[in-house]
Amino acid sequence: MAKQLGEINASSQADIAFLLLVFFLVTTSMSVDQGLNRTLPPPPDPNQPENTDKINERNVFVVLINKDNQLAIESELSEIDILTDRTIEFLTNPRGAADLSEQVKASKKLEEAMAKGPNAKEDEIKNYRRLVTECGDPDISKGVVSLQNDRGTKYETYIAVQNAIVAAFNICRDKFSKEYFGGKTYDELSSEDQKVVKLAIPLNISEAEPRSVK
Amino acid sequence: MSKFRKSGGRKMAALSTASLPDIVFMLLFFFMSVTSMKETDYKVKIKLPQATEVKKLEKKSLVSYIYVGTPLAAHQAKYGSEPRIQLNDKISELFDIADYVESERSSRDESDAQQLTYSLKVDSDAKMGIVTDIKQELRKVQALKINYSTLKVERKGNY
Repeated sequence: MAKQLGEINASSQADIAFLLLVFFLVTTSMSVDQGLNRTLPPPPDPNQPENTDKINERNVFVVLINKDNQLAIESELSEIDILTDRTIEFLTNPRGAADLSEQVKASKKLEEAMAKGPNAKEDEIKNYRRLVTECGDPDISKGVVSLQNDRGTKYETYIAVQNAIVAAFNICRDKFSKEYFGGKTYDELSSEDQKVVKLAIPLNISEAEPRSVK
Repeated sequence: MSKFRKSGGRKMAALSTASLPDIVFMLLFFFMSVTSMKETDYKVKIKLPQATEVKKLEKKSLVSYIYVGTPLAAHQAKYGSEPRIQLNDKISELFDIADYVESERSSRDESDAQQLTYSLKVDSDAKMGIVTDIKQELRKVQALKINYSTLKVERKGNY
């Protein structure tokens, strides 16, 4: 007859589980991935002729970074600290200066969108209409920020400049949404409302095809 | 007054700790499921730049990583001390990116493959030349959604 086995003491099980728990707590990282989202332009199509719609020079805000990490705004040597303010000024053009971006009424954009006929996007028309009716037909900037950098530019500087430009757009969007959407910031809006604000302040950053910058 | 006070030194019964392991195991499984192990071993040194306007990358499964940085001291004899590209666990060349994108796409189903975001984890001391080259490679294979990975800092100034 088999010998009667005594009950195994399970009180150390808790200790073992604690050890495992501490191991997982230490080795895993809770960090979330975050960063600046960007969409690259599709590759240039050799069969297609170059884009012929000329953008008026006053609507282009040129930001250059050279290989010594110096910054030029509209071909004037400058500092990163003022880039955000300069970009906001360029986009909103508060005093209607002749060398800053042109503004178009949302109602005009709505007409343009509807004139596309069968190619018109339902969504776009709907949101432009909301802009006209709910937000008092605001001015939409035609401005494009053109960012050019050298191959020798430090990545850190490039990101700082990118960040300063995106900050300008975000500040404009926040201001717009606070004014017309009950004091909420852009991030707090529903995705439908965000689309409307996006149309009012489109994120137009263009990066030139790579070449070297003096 | 002394209505509630127990008279005499009656001993309290020992609290049963039999359920303690269960509770700890529950915690353990919670942490095991919510945390993710570091995806790859870094072979390059990366100090991310800082930015204020960061957005979170929502779905981990829809993100592929491209690392750029100086090879670690142990690998410098083989790969030199200039910034290099790391894909998965290997230090790679520029022309490997197209294959990498292809393999990342084929490991997901078709609808997800379209939404893949390529997270560029680039050392802040790297030069833009290598980053521009990567961007051009990505454009060639129609991988257009990218994310410059950065650390978050608070916005300064009076906005």
